[in-house]
Amino acid sequence: MSAAPEPDEGARIIPLGNGYRPPPEPEPDDRGSFERGVAAGLSFLRRRMSGDYPVDEFGYDPEFNRTVVLPPARLLFERWFRVELDGVENIPDKGGALIVANHSGTLPLDGIMLTVAAHDHAHRDLRLLGADLVYQVPLLGHLSRKAGHTLACQADAARLLDKGELVGVFPEGFKGVGKPFGDRYKLQRFGRGGFVETALRARTPIIPCAIVGAEEIYPKIADFWPLARLLGLPYFPITPTFPLLGALGLVPLPSKWMIQFGEPVPLDEYEATAADDPMTVFNLTDHVRETIQHMLYDLLLRRGTAFL
Amino acid sequence: MSAKPSAAARVVLVTGVSRFLGARVANALQADPSVERVIGVDTVPPTLPLGRTEFVTVDIRTPNIAKVITSARVDTVVHLNLVTVPQLGPRLKMKEINVIGTMQLLAACQRSPDMRRLVVRSSAAVYGSSPRDPAVFSELDEPAEPPASGYARDAVEVEGYVRGLQRRRPDLVVSLLRFANFLGPDVDTPLTRYLRMPVVPTVLGFDPRLQFMHEDDGVEVLRRMTLEDHPGTFNAAGDGVLLLSQALRRAGRPHVPVPAQSMQVLGDLGRRFAGLSGFSPELLRWLMYGRVVDSSRLAAELGWRPGYDSATAFDEFVRAQGMGGNPPAELLDRLAGALGGTR
Repeated sequence: MSAAPEPDEGARIIPLGNGYRPPPEPEPDDRGSFERGVAAGLSFLRRRMSGDYPVDEFGYDPEFNRTVVLPPARLLFERWFRVELDGVENIPDKGGALIVANHSGTLPLDGIMLTVAAHDHAHRDLRLLGADLVYQVPLLGHLSRKAGHTLACQADAARLLDKGELVGVFPEGFKGVGKPFGDRYKLQRFGRGGFVETALRARTPIIPCAIVGAEEIYPKIADFWPLARLLGLPYFPITPTFPLLGALGLVPLPSKWMIQFGEPVPLDEYEATAADDPMTVFNLTDHVRETIQHMLYDLLLRRGTAFL
Repeated sequence: MSAKPSAAARVVLVTGVSRFLGARVANALQADPSVERVIGVDTVPPTLPLGRTEFVTVDIRTPNIAKVITSARVDTVVHLNLVTVPQLGPRLKMKEINVIGTMQLLAACQRSPDMRRLVVRSSAAVYGSSPRDPAVFSELDEPAEPPASGYARDAVEVEGYVRGLQRRRPDLVVSLLRFANFLGPDVDTPLTRYLRMPVVPTVLGFDPRLQFMHEDDGVEVLRRMTLEDHPGTFNAAGDGVLLLSQALRRAGRPHVPVPAQSMQVLGDLGRRFAGLSGFSPELLRWLMYGRVVDSSRLAAELGWRPGYDSATAFDEFVRAQGMGGNPPAELLDRLAGALGGTR
């Protein structure tokens, strides 16, 4: 059962609140691995049932994330999308940093894949900044908080960066994730540059990140906007399989993915007042956007066909 | 009235002294030798013994409160009369006590030449609860959706009047405290009643982040604020957060998720037939979206951290209530024991 902690996970648990006891070191014993697995599973269940686990002030539950959210996501990451990574060494081992990535795919699976990449290959917990729509939906909002993500607002981003967390943001927002298939890999406007301001204030580097492959998982060929307006959604996608095949249309197409992390853009040389200078913010925003667009073209060439 | 406020409070007036917080704060203050007199006021006689605190039956909604303040030459007012439980009657009465009472009290404070310091108990509920809020509120953050009803709205209005007084009497040292939900052996609030329900309903699809403050810590904060000069607005909550699901598991309470719409109906049924207090709109929103405040400013100002964090304050409450049996966890323990596994 997957509840058994992985051997390299011991150091990854962050003791956050008081009242949290780190799980006791397993004593070296001669029991079989099956028995050890059962014992670990039971102690995990007991911890969960008695509420004896830490949650940080954003609602992040590292144990829940590791044992419930990540395993299925990892399966998608490794088997379905066969994600290839590049430049993982550009993610710092510790300290705050802001990953800025392109957003696509109709449903934000790119965020989940980015989380797996950061967790499994850079050994960092990625804290994404999500749209407020996510937090208005029952279940989804609280699941997202338990997985470590929070609302995209300046206060939350600044607080996370100040704590030395690795924060991820998709500045294109709905314009990116909901763009028609014909516009694939064309970066949309990067919001109002709020992410640059926040990074400047926190004096943390920006890591540009390009994700290739998410565009093809649900090719949005049309938008049934009357229904979207009725449901209060930003768009109602029509893909080759959805809603034609019903629930089956929700299975993402198995495109080949590549994720590249670029060279960090250091921001600690800027003055403290740079965040209040719109020109600096615009220039940095454009610089990051250009970098990601170039990385995208580059990766597309390297990937070749989308589904093989 | 000197320009520099003197260090010690001499005559302290405590409002709301017949309720748990007022009585405990009055007791803490009278233990301090530098305080000459502690005067407690409320509309009903106190239930707890008050020691050398002088009790005056006065309704702070009437101008009589001004007479008490002038005749006793009160220099420090500790306003704890924020009613959060609509038990004293209809909502209208609660609002009147909270808002009109505060207005009368502040008017009296403004007039009195002896006044030097004002400590007001407010609530973190002034931040409201909504999905568009920042995850953690600092004192400067504005809520996305300010509370529209209930005692939370009253607290917002009370804070408004306090700021008004501050503008007109800049010589006063005014401390405004936004407390998270109190928990403790003596605390009786809609929250503690909710937690004591035989089966606790939760809102389907929501698992809010909650914060608690142990009453001992609350009393200590108010005592320090009364005896020392700490002007400003401060959040006050125990460190850390608990999710509602986590809290209910820690308490070993049976709970059942209920759709948000039925929750209101359930609360009304409970109020009508079972003598429960029902779910006020602000409690319901809190049970959906929760609220977390950052109290690092208070910790820095006082050079002090609460003795209980949110989790230990809750555990203490669970112990005092005699809750905490957790049959599924005990079953697992037996199972693990039978398998010879280490816990």
